[in-house]
Amino acid sequence: MAEKSLMKGNEALAEAALRAGCKCFFGYPITPQTEISAYLSKRMPKVGGTFLQAESEVAAINMVYGCAGTGIRCMTSSSSPGISLKSEGISYIAGADLPCVIIDVMRGGPGLGGIQPSQADYWQITKGVGHGDYHVLVFAPSSVQEMADTVGKAFDLADEYRMPAVVLADGLLGQMMEPVEFDDAEIKLSDASNKPWAATGTKMNRKHNIINSLYLQADELEQTVVDRFKRYEDVKAKHTMAVADYCDDAEIVVVAYGSTARLAKSAVDMARKEGIKAGVFRPVTLWPFPEKELNEAVKNAKKILTVEMSMGQMVDDVKLAINCSKPVEFYGRTGGVIPNPADILNKIKEMGGNK
Amino acid sequence: MEFKKLTIVTGHYGSGKTNFSVNLALDMAKKGHRVTIVDLDIVNPYFRTADFEELFKDKGITLKVSAYANSNLDIPALNMSVKSILDESDCAIIDVGGDDEGAKALGRFAPAILGCEDRQMLYVINKYRYLTKEPEETVALMRDIENACGIKCTGIVNNSNLGTETTNETVKASLGFAKAVAAETGLPITATVGTEEALKDISDNPYPVEIYVKTLWS
Repeated sequence: MAEKSLMKGNEALAEAALRAGCKCFFGYPITPQTEISAYLSKRMPKVGGTFLQAESEVAAINMVYGCAGTGIRCMTSSSSPGISLKSEGISYIAGADLPCVIIDVMRGGPGLGGIQPSQADYWQITKGVGHGDYHVLVFAPSSVQEMADTVGKAFDLADEYRMPAVVLADGLLGQMMEPVEFDDAEIKLSDASNKPWAATGTKMNRKHNIINSLYLQADELEQTVVDRFKRYEDVKAKHTMAVADYCDDAEIVVVAYGSTARLAKSAVDMARKEGIKAGVFRPVTLWPFPEKELNEAVKNAKKILTVEMSMGQMVDDVKLAINCSKPVEFYGRTGGVIPNPADILNKIKEMGGNK
Repeated sequence: MEFKKLTIVTGHYGSGKTNFSVNLALDMAKKGHRVTIVDLDIVNPYFRTADFEELFKDKGITLKVSAYANSNLDIPALNMSVKSILDESDCAIIDVGGDDEGAKALGRFAPAILGCEDRQMLYVINKYRYLTKEPEETVALMRDIENACGIKCTGIVNNSNLGTETTNETVKASLGFAKAVAAETGLPITATVGTEEALKDISDNPYPVEIYVKTLWS
């Protein structure tokens, strides 16, 4: 491994995209993720890639749609209100079975909201980022190193399953600085090799590859969607990721993702010092949701506490995953306010987490 | 570390300008000076000197910020007069936003700044920041900053660090890098910055600091 560097989360996401072979980036600035654009605007021309600042978020996602159709690895990034604008394009990309990576560095909402960190896009990203029956892969890293490591994985799985992948971060992760390591491998930008479906020109040797999401015959559309959902089952079976800490003997398991998981981990460390049997479970993939891993982590727990920077969104998936077999409580702050580890600890105590 | 009437702190964003500026202001105040610190960071609305309002108030330090700093409004509105700041204080520090983009905001005040002879413009460097790892890249960025604001740097502040993973070895391994930047620019190494522990056995103008810019879970 190479020497460590000090990087912002946003910079690490951008550098990791280059290292995953992302050849084209289409973006539009918005706080708190603008460093991704700023960084790539400087770096991409130096390594032979294309950086393009579009006239709007809608334009940027449709450029991703076109570029993804040629089989080249491409990416866009935005923050919450910008993702809302992109959602029509994301639906088209999913409907045309194309791979791409989309980064959402969440800020407070709804509407224009604020610019401070938030996790209030959980429903939007995992359930409804655009119209229609489909899923996108969702990764939720919780450190700058994990942000660096996740982008390549997102591109690989997006390619393998021909579907959009979202890296879901928040303003805190995007702006914070931590040491990070990249391996020494040379940057090799992607081409369309190994993508026989890509629209690269027939050269009179094969039938046309057509990129399309319009199916006017209902039975044909149904079959296309059903086939796509069969692929989703394979993703669910093979690609869930989660991290469990101190869960084996935990009576209260705190479930949190992204930066909130680190705040929850601090609270659980404090609880353990006081002799309280608490653990922390962190989903790394939000779709597919790590149901099996969660059930394993809470098997000895009496209660579960979900902590989010929202009014409570992932908490629904936690209840569904365990089939409401145990009490699930919620603690959250919203609007850009960050939960304090001491307040999470108080909530653990309130729920009966005693020595 | 020499105190001047006016100290301007510039550098790559993320080089540690804010933590250095906060320490400098507190040290000046401790010596009994009337201190004003100006947060001119229009680049990053997240980590900035304006976050330390309470600490400054407690120590009698005047903080000047954009009218909208920390209000969630993305508006870099600057409303200040360098002359009146210099009139009202013994020592003033201007914490400039990162890179040449941040330095552009400083350019507006260049005539007043150049009129103050007892000044220093420090260029904060960090060997461990991704795109300024090589002395040549670091020097090129300094030239961009100087060109953007129309003011020349007068000293190098070696603030090489890996955040919470910084050790004495981290700082030691950066000394050659700082020397190369100094040689290339002809500027002195005004300070080598780190915690007391990280600066053990370091003789290149060590300037021990406290870490004020912290993560929320530490």
